[in-house]
Amino acid sequence: MSIKMFDGFKFTRLSTPIHNMDPRAKFIQTIGFFVAALIFSNVYALLAIFLAQIPLVFVARSTKRWLKSMKGGAMLAILIFVMNFVTGTTFVFALSMTIRFLALISSFSIFFMTTSPDDLGLALQSMRIPYTLCFTFTTAVRLVPTMAVDAQTVVDAQKSRGLELDKGNLLKRIRNYVPILIPLIVNAIRRSVELAEALESRAFGTTEKRESLVTLKMNRLDYVTIVATLTLLAIVVYVSLNVTLPTPEIPIRVPDIWPWKI
Amino acid sequence: MPTIVVKDLTFTYLGSKKPSISDLTFSVDEGQFVILTGPSGCGKTSVCRCLNGLIPHFYSGELEGDLTVCGLSIREKSTSELARKVGFVFQNPENQLFSLSVERDVAFGPENLGLPRSETRKRVDWALEVTGISGLRYRAPYELSGGQQQRAAIAAVLAMKPEVMVLDEPTSFLDPKSAVDILKVVHDLNKTLGMTIVLVEHRLDLASQYADRVIIMDKGETILDGKPSEVLGEKARLIGVGIPRITLLAQLLQKDGLSFASIPISVEDASVAIRRLLSS
Amino acid sequence: MIKTENLHFAYPTGGDVLNGIDLDIGDSEFVAIMGENGAGKTTLIKHFNGLHKPTKGRVSIDNIDTRKRSVASISKDVGLVFQNPDHQLFCETVEEEVAFSLKNFGYDTETIDRRTNAILETLDLSQYAESSPFTLSGGERKRVALASVLVWNPKHVILDEPTIGQDYQQKDRLRNFILQLVSQRKTVVMVTHDVEFVAECKPRVVLLSAGRVAGDGPAREILTDDVLLNGCSLIRPQISSLMHSLRDLDVSQDIIDVYSARACLVKAYEKVRKCQ
Repeated sequence: MSIKMFDGFKFTRLSTPIHNMDPRAKFIQTIGFFVAALIFSNVYALLAIFLAQIPLVFVARSTKRWLKSMKGGAMLAILIFVMNFVTGTTFVFALSMTIRFLALISSFSIFFMTTSPDDLGLALQSMRIPYTLCFTFTTAVRLVPTMAVDAQTVVDAQKSRGLELDKGNLLKRIRNYVPILIPLIVNAIRRSVELAEALESRAFGTTEKRESLVTLKMNRLDYVTIVATLTLLAIVVYVSLNVTLPTPEIPIRVPDIWPWKI
Repeated sequence: MPTIVVKDLTFTYLGSKKPSISDLTFSVDEGQFVILTGPSGCGKTSVCRCLNGLIPHFYSGELEGDLTVCGLSIREKSTSELARKVGFVFQNPENQLFSLSVERDVAFGPENLGLPRSETRKRVDWALEVTGISGLRYRAPYELSGGQQQRAAIAAVLAMKPEVMVLDEPTSFLDPKSAVDILKVVHDLNKTLGMTIVLVEHRLDLASQYADRVIIMDKGETILDGKPSEVLGEKARLIGVGIPRITLLAQLLQKDGLSFASIPISVEDASVAIRRLLSS
Repeated sequence: MIKTENLHFAYPTGGDVLNGIDLDIGDSEFVAIMGENGAGKTTLIKHFNGLHKPTKGRVSIDNIDTRKRSVASISKDVGLVFQNPDHQLFCETVEEEVAFSLKNFGYDTETIDRRTNAILETLDLSQYAESSPFTLSGGERKRVALASVLVWNPKHVILDEPTIGQDYQQKDRLRNFILQLVSQRKTVVMVTHDVEFVAECKPRVVLLSAGRVAGDGPAREILTDDVLLNGCSLIRPQISSLMHSLRDLDVSQDIIDVYSARACLVKAYEKVRKCQ
């Protein structure tokens, strides 16, 4: 799991139908995937939810970066699979949980890759959330790639002083991260102070009543997306309550004498 | 009344034993271009912070004396009130631009003031035009070069229509060409808009030709204060100020017997003077 | 010796690209690498201690390919001082900060103490040995960063923008210190766009533009070539601009520092006076 994983959540400015969608519509779509993935436990359904996102990735021309977030989540996904399987669930169930996890990450990855933090802030504002909170949120999101660059620079600087991050026993390796974390934190604080100075100097927080220069406007695609998402979600709820979905028979599980089988 | 009036200003940062600035008294008239310089730690950044109220409202400590800008006292008025009169451009362009488009960053200040959208739009258009970056309107600040970023930072401050602009070492991170460009932009603001400028700068070779006045500080006090050609002499050099190389050259040549009517601070002035000396 | 042969490099996510750099820096040479922001200067020097490995071509330090050694191993010979000291300071005292690298390289306690005290003395930081590096001023932190690299006495020293944020006195001290390193037969490479500083140091100047070497020669040749300078967002040192404006008066055109200009103009003046 490297810093490159964050690329899968980083916003890049492109002009695709997904990028140009109103963030509120996109958010509803993301929540749609999220809720659907949580409602179902059936492996086929979860697989369908996961695969349904892939065309969106293509339309957003973000395949390479999306794969990075998948790769980054792979470690955790494997952990989830192992934890489930080793505590005695069926192979299929463990697989379902893994796919659910990937579907959840994927939906948020798509959202953050295609939505600019500024637009996110505007969306939050339109939902009557206080401006200062919106700004805090968007600034935090905006600072993630900046901090990633900082982190890489710190790693480079310490490596240049002979620090070897991949040598030594586990304890030493953990201690080796102190020379990385401290400069990172100090830099984050310094950056924040400089940012705060700039904000004060531009009268931040003077009035709650702000008229933004740029406003969000929903168009037909946005409304269609919202309606489609809500309809599909309704279908999902209906199916999960009334229809028993087929489950593949793969008789692999840990033996009965396994000590911690649930 | 002068635009900036400083009287017996003393400030000690919280937790510090010594004051950063001591008993400063000077005033700046409307439309003046003042360079504030001195060795590291002389207090020039603290003076800048006083000018827009960051001292005493953002930086805690003991403040004695007073500073009034455009009639507003920093003791009584908040930073947001002072921000309408005093614009501040910081050294590092990275942390003063935080939107994903230049336009939104420039609109930030007017939006904060609660101005109506139409007024904000007018100001954004104007600020981008004056700083020559109308073409960069929709670009993301982090994609721009250092010089373009500083122009955007200046535009962002301009949009609040201040009367005074304070710039704290704005060319620090810029390459020489961008540094020259930015100083020209600041000079234009001074000449065409009549904006009062307080510029903290080490690169006196590039900046002193635009200034009406140079104030040299050391250890929290003002040591020299006057026209650039009067101030940038031997004493300034001994304090540790990097006077322009051609000014130093002229002073050395003066010692060697070549006489200058006035010590030049720009290449043009030096060239004219030396040409006169070398032609029979 | 630092040598690059047809060095190509591109970041996987795009960004800075080096497009075939052939560079030979001999032992004990003093070189300034200049060029506009984005030309690839910092990317280039990160190849010198192995942080970057070329995507095409070869980089070798003292005739060993950098791909064959780890960063820690190359760093024993090549000390890279980063631009922003805040990217490396983390210890509770300056002394610990400086000793960090020696501990990493496996020196014994006695040597560590001896060398740490020596470098603190040399860089005028002994008074701060027990202080926290975070309480020091910007200029002092930069000296601590420098000390923490020089303490292990690398043969080649690379400085990334050493003059940014420094006032005139600090730069003067830095210049003297760099010249001291040069006199100690160390290879010194500095990345900078401070034309006036380079004019006073007079190193060999390598100009980078768009990932290629655009110029390579003594400072007095490169810093007086308008065509080269314009292509790299650089300007002539002030003295050179002055001499250029007087070129029809037959004054030397490769002067870039104050004292040479003084000597030249005094001579010219005396010649004029003699003719009168």
